[in-house]
Amino acid sequence: MIENALTFGYVAVSIAVLLNLWRLLRGPSLMDRVLAVDTMVINVIALIILFGIQQRTTVFFEAALLFAMFGFISTVAYCRFILRGDVIE
Amino acid sequence: MTFLLELLIAVLIVLGGIFALIGSIGLVKRPDLLTRLHGPTKATTLGVGGALAASMLFFFGIEGTLSIHEVLISVFLFLTAPISAHFIAKAHLHEHVELRADLPPTGREHGWSTFDGLPESHDGEQTEQAPRG
Repeated sequence: MIENALTFGYVAVSIAVLLNLWRLLRGPSLMDRVLAVDTMVINVIALIILFGIQQRTTVFFEAALLFAMFGFISTVAYCRFILRGDVIE
Repeated sequence: MTFLLELLIAVLIVLGGIFALIGSIGLVKRPDLLTRLHGPTKATTLGVGGALAASMLFFFGIEGTLSIHEVLISVFLFLTAPISAHFIAKAHLHEHVELRADLPPTGREHGWSTFDGLPESHDGEQTEQAPRG
């Protein structure tokens, strides 16, 4: 039963990543693309966690945590750059 | 692993996948950025939270110990999602100054923080700060 649920989860999150890619390519303004990448990072975290459940190992949690941190920091740095013209003043 | 725990894990994975998909559909279908922000910040965060809860229950089922990693990741995501959404919205307003005309008056001496600087201070302490932009 968990295997079927994992297959469903893979398909749903993969479609979500594809929709984010469409928004990343299409997105009319710059912040749309930043938002698309931010959402894509969160979806990739979900994919990593589902893969960890399927492989029955906990070694991927560090990778998921690193993805979460770098996604947040890159989003904030880009917005900071747009707002102030510099990342670290 | 008992049947009930397995059922709960499967339901959480399916719900997480559905919520992540709904968030990304909202990202594609909404008309402009300020409405597009709602999908990823709420639904997608809830979706990955569902996947993390399923993972926590799964490793509790096969190992018998409750691991802290998932709690760490989900707390981090739930804390950072509003902050990044706030930054994206502020940068969007910063790029579209013409949206200033649509905003109602605030009714107090402070204006809208993205567009207006700090008001003239009475005690002179705040006047040295530049208007934040």
